[in-house]
Amino acid sequence: MTEPLIRVENFTAAYDGEVVINDISFEVFPGEVFVILGGSGCGKSTMLKHMIGLYKPATGRILIEGDDLASAEGDLRLKVLRKIGVMYQSGALFGSMTLMQNVRLAMEEFTTLPDEAMTLLARMKLKLVGLAGFENHFPAEISGGMQKRAAIARAMALDPRILFLDEPSAGLDPVTSADLDQMIKRLAKTLGVTFVVVTHELPSIYAIADRVIMLDKRVKKIVATGKPAELRDHSDNPWVRQFFNREASA
Amino acid sequence: MSSATAAPVLRAEFSAGTLTLVVEGRLDAETTGPAWRAADSALRAHQPGTVVFDASRMTYCDGAGVALFVRLRDRFLAENVTFGSRGLSESLKPLFDEFPPGSLDTPSRPVAHPSFVEGVGRTTDSLLKDVVAQITFTGELVVNLGRAAMNPRSVRWKDTWLVMERAGVNAFPIIALIGFLIGLILAFQAAIPMKQFGAEIFVADLVALSVIRELGPLMTAIVLAGRSGSAFAAEIGTMRVNEEINALTTMGLPPARFLVIPKVIATVFVTPLLAVFTNLFALLGGLVVMWSLGFPTITYINEVKGALKVGDLPSGLFKAAVFGLLVSGIGCLRGLQTGTGASAVGESTTRAVVTGIVLIILSDGLFSVVFYYLGI
Repeated sequence: MTEPLIRVENFTAAYDGEVVINDISFEVFPGEVFVILGGSGCGKSTMLKHMIGLYKPATGRILIEGDDLASAEGDLRLKVLRKIGVMYQSGALFGSMTLMQNVRLAMEEFTTLPDEAMTLLARMKLKLVGLAGFENHFPAEISGGMQKRAAIARAMALDPRILFLDEPSAGLDPVTSADLDQMIKRLAKTLGVTFVVVTHELPSIYAIADRVIMLDKRVKKIVATGKPAELRDHSDNPWVRQFFNREASA
Repeated sequence: MSSATAAPVLRAEFSAGTLTLVVEGRLDAETTGPAWRAADSALRAHQPGTVVFDASRMTYCDGAGVALFVRLRDRFLAENVTFGSRGLSESLKPLFDEFPPGSLDTPSRPVAHPSFVEGVGRTTDSLLKDVVAQITFTGELVVNLGRAAMNPRSVRWKDTWLVMERAGVNAFPIIALIGFLIGLILAFQAAIPMKQFGAEIFVADLVALSVIRELGPLMTAIVLAGRSGSAFAAEIGTMRVNEEINALTTMGLPPARFLVIPKVIATVFVTPLLAVFTNLFALLGGLVVMWSLGFPTITYINEVKGALKVGDLPSGLFKAAVFGLLVSGIGCLRGLQTGTGASAVGESTTRAVVTGIVLIILSDGLFSVVFYYLGI
């Protein structure tokens, strides 16, 4: 059986003593597009921020290929960080740098590639996300959808094994959103990268997810795991069915 | 840059006009750098008619490795050298297929490098636009201040008191410290040469005149520009970046009335008050030096009283009020002019402080001339 790439064990997240997610466990396997979903305020982004090592779990641990990022320090922390790339909800591109400079930044800091190689590689990354020709544009000069794609290119700069995407479709029109979904599926296939995506956009979930977990803020736990279509049609949990069928609260 | 230098995973074999580049092991971001250089030196050493990229013993290849392959392929295609590959794994095929020959030829927008003349033109244009913006803003400010005077209930007094507290009361410790040190240093520096002429008593005159007429209001305004002018620019600039200014506008609340007027009224009111404290603490600083020279307090007070005219304090305080108007106005203007991006707010605060100080100094010079002709 394939070893999981990410293993979340008895994880609890808390802010100022208030528990947001309570004692959950799950695994993410290589090559899958894994979606964390749930209603507003259920802790999806909190989960993601713990997985990428920005916050330390209140209890439990999150292992990336066996290493605990939250407690890792020095070279081990850098080693684990090299395995992941993150696209933040706003894109978080560096506004004073061109797209080329944004993508090249990690290469300049962490590799010994010749300048020509870094430039070519950055062009390739931008082409993979459909931004060929925009190398010398600044983030403020391109649309929100393009900024998100550029942020994915930057996240892929050092060929990480896992890409974390926080609300990739948020704020995008349906066509741009569908293009982005298609791109995520294509990159997963082409690069063999594992995607962990946080979203509550149903069309995106159906389009990209191999497997989902659903968080519920009332119980602060995972209330469903599986393929989205199966959960929509066969879940025992009325809240899960309501979510997937986009029904209003009674 | 990583200091570790990995051994090249690329070996070059040249025979009968064919250059074979053999890759062994992992071709990733760590190893592609040395491999790239090894390929370059092999190509400099030979003039091949055919180049073969042999990947039969390559165990792993990531984007960096693909970049090396793409670069070699495109280069040889351009030079009409036969290029082929051997042993490329099927799993890598989709990634290589993303970059067919010529796929990276999409031209980027050229990076703009304006000429000297163009640079001068752009700077002049931006300076003129800035002058126009300052004049427009001054007009808008005057109109809104007039409206506020006609209808005082339209002023957001709660915000005004808050700004008075932040820009005035909270500035008291730094104002007191700077005032005291200015008086102390001024008196001390003056006392040394004056002692040679037995004129130490006139140190009190020097401190009193220079502080009350000039340095008190000036130092207060400069501290205010650094402390409150920058804060106004940062606050309004952040609101601009977060589209809060747009929200105010679409709610029908003019940013000038809502944000600028309370700050301007508060600053114009507190700057003269702060200047009074600067003066007071500077005179105290002077007194400490006079004590050290052996003069009693009453002598110092009498000398200060004799040195000052009736108009000295009001003229200094009037200047302070104008400086307050300039500092708050320019702080708010720079905030409203904030662009987009993370650095925009920083730029606005810097511009607020620099322009504020320049305007303070310019207007101080103007006041000196005007007061001279008015005999104040």
